[in-house]
Amino acid sequence: MSGLLFAGATLPDGTLSDILVRDGFIERIGSDLKADGCEVIDVVGLRVLPGLVDLHTHLREPGFEASETVLTGTQAAAAGGFTTVFAMANTSPVADNAGVVEQVLGRGIESGYATVQPIGAVTVGLGGDELADLGSMATSRARVRVFSDDGKCVHDPLLMRRALEYVSTFGGVVAQHAQEPRLTSGSQMNEGAVSARLGLTGWPAVAEEAIIARDVLLAEYTNSRLHVCHLSTAGSVEIVRSAKAKGIKVTAEVTPHHLLLTDETASEYDARFKVNPPLRTNADVMALRQALADGTIDIVATDHAPHPSEHKECEWNDAAFGMVGLETALSIVQLAMVETGLLDWVGIARVMSHQPAVIGGVDDAAGALAEGRIADLVFIDPTSRSTLTTDDLAGKSINSPYLGMELPGRVVHTVRHGYFTQRDGVIVSADVVSRATREYDNAHTGAGTEVTDG
Amino acid sequence: MRHLLSTADLARDEAIALLDSAEDMATTADRAHKKLPALRGLTIVNLFFEDSTRTRISFEAAEKRLSADVINFAAKGSSVSKGESLKDTAQTLTAMGVDAVVIRHGASGAAYQLANRGWIDVPVVNAGDGTHEHPTQALLDAYTIRKRVHGLSSRGKGLDGLRVTIVGDIAHSRVARSNAWLLTTLGAEVTMVAPPTLLPHARESFPVVMASDLDAVLSTNPDAVMMLRIQKERMHHAFIPSEREFSQLWGLTAERFARLSERTLVMHPGPMNRGLEICSEAADSLQSTVIEQVANGVFVRMAVLYSVLTGSEA
Repeated sequence: MSGLLFAGATLPDGTLSDILVRDGFIERIGSDLKADGCEVIDVVGLRVLPGLVDLHTHLREPGFEASETVLTGTQAAAAGGFTTVFAMANTSPVADNAGVVEQVLGRGIESGYATVQPIGAVTVGLGGDELADLGSMATSRARVRVFSDDGKCVHDPLLMRRALEYVSTFGGVVAQHAQEPRLTSGSQMNEGAVSARLGLTGWPAVAEEAIIARDVLLAEYTNSRLHVCHLSTAGSVEIVRSAKAKGIKVTAEVTPHHLLLTDETASEYDARFKVNPPLRTNADVMALRQALADGTIDIVATDHAPHPSEHKECEWNDAAFGMVGLETALSIVQLAMVETGLLDWVGIARVMSHQPAVIGGVDDAAGALAEGRIADLVFIDPTSRSTLTTDDLAGKSINSPYLGMELPGRVVHTVRHGYFTQRDGVIVSADVVSRATREYDNAHTGAGTEVTDG
Repeated sequence: MRHLLSTADLARDEAIALLDSAEDMATTADRAHKKLPALRGLTIVNLFFEDSTRTRISFEAAEKRLSADVINFAAKGSSVSKGESLKDTAQTLTAMGVDAVVIRHGASGAAYQLANRGWIDVPVVNAGDGTHEHPTQALLDAYTIRKRVHGLSSRGKGLDGLRVTIVGDIAHSRVARSNAWLLTTLGAEVTMVAPPTLLPHARESFPVVMASDLDAVLSTNPDAVMMLRIQKERMHHAFIPSEREFSQLWGLTAERFARLSERTLVMHPGPMNRGLEICSEAADSLQSTVIEQVANGVFVRMAVLYSVLTGSEA
């Protein structure tokens, strides 16, 4: 593999530096590096971050290929600067056994646009009745460490207790979609003044908070790790904050959309804004931003949820929940956190790359920008501003709430394992990426990810 | 007025102009020949995704009195039951040359979507969407109150200073929502009464007083009491324990009716559950406006259709 010399990058902390990438690894970070035989890429003015890691992506394959596939979903990831994505288990068939998670893993390896780390279901068929094959998924080639029934809540307290205890055997974590099902029967949007005016059934904050409160107590009682998906309310923030203060092993994520949008967006019954958990109030948005800034919320995760247009161009009650988010995540977080002064780029690298890799158990391979580490990098131009169009959406679906909005920041290059997946703002073609990923795999067969010096 | 989707959008002047226009329409009702040529040559489709014979017939009567051509489309037995989308259904109908759509739909926001999503380009009248709004019902209620209170001198007037109490399943009622906006826009003081389980969330966001003690509210002698229909399935989702208990605590029973001032109007949008939310003594009394409401509904709908299709008041 030939080397790449990125000349004049701005590191997360603002230092100017060159970055030399060879054989898929970061060989040197420093000034005035020599190029010998390497291609030199001028990245003056661009901010470099470790390749982004998304702990919460719906790739839809197998079963819902009309919405997204592993290939198209990882292309969306590359467009957004992500080099690792965790694929949620609510596929068809459900990823509740070793066969399905290995299939998803294999599709990711073929694609090469991002490392695809499958998430395993907690319960069989997401049914909430009996535990899925947690251990065999953990010991499969997919090495599953994150387990989630996302889309559904593990609402049975006994099952949740057992799952928390069981996955600790292999260092796993349960990622809970906190939604008390009886309190959200028929729910369509946040319960509040807007839902009351629009005549849409409310999804009360307490339905999320009640589950999180219960789960942190279970995590404390069983001395297990809990991860809370997509926190959406100020009350949830308070519960997680006090749990952390007590030393309970809980981590939490927030989506970009919950950091920016409120339930007022439902006013025109445009189902692009229909999402689960629902968009909340401005007070909730402010509390979530503060919590991400002070570390109460550990990470940003996209909850990228593609849907075909016919599932959005319909009556609100009939429309699907969810919005795509991989392509726009960094821009939205820049808008909500960086431009408000709440986080700097070191902070962004922490909440969108390093910490997600730690929580997901892949921090040996992802989430760091350092010599000797795998060369997963993203170069962005934070000064760019542009209006989002469907041309900017690299995945298969276009259900983005941000279409038509002017957004800051632009992903210029995405580099995975030392090769480009996005270059100069354009997705690299599938055959080029596929060849590059095979070359990487061939060069590192046997050595695996332990190789540290190229 | 391009569309009528919600009474929250109506300014006081617009609302009064519609009520005055409805009065003009009413003057034709006594003639031997009731039909006006106003909408001759125009086609209106009544797009009903939800059964509602009385609202559909009221619109149809209004359309026919204005000489419009009428197409009735009931979703049952149509392509909708085979999974056709709202967008496709609406586009199919307008491709056949429809000049306005009257839509009734079980989903909140369906009328708004039809008017604003760019699927079709004709006026849309909301004939009730989910638990959102039913604006022509509120207009006919306002018309009925105004006529009873002001009689022959009602034109140009609002409902200033009048106190209206609305009782029943407020949370799920599109009639209550439309009345909350319209009656207050017209100057009335509105109180809504229900058990807390059937009051909407975020009560303070509505321009009305919300209460749960019906007897306390009735003791203030409101100018009108509007009883809403209680859906029997509410019992199954723990909103109320039983019909009997609801009737005892929030029904207009004979005993409560007897305590009302003789000046208090008794209203109901129909269809009534006699013996549940309203007793027959009240429904059939001289104070009752139930039958007038039905008659006035035709005049109000004539005024609305005339306004959206000609861009002017009568």
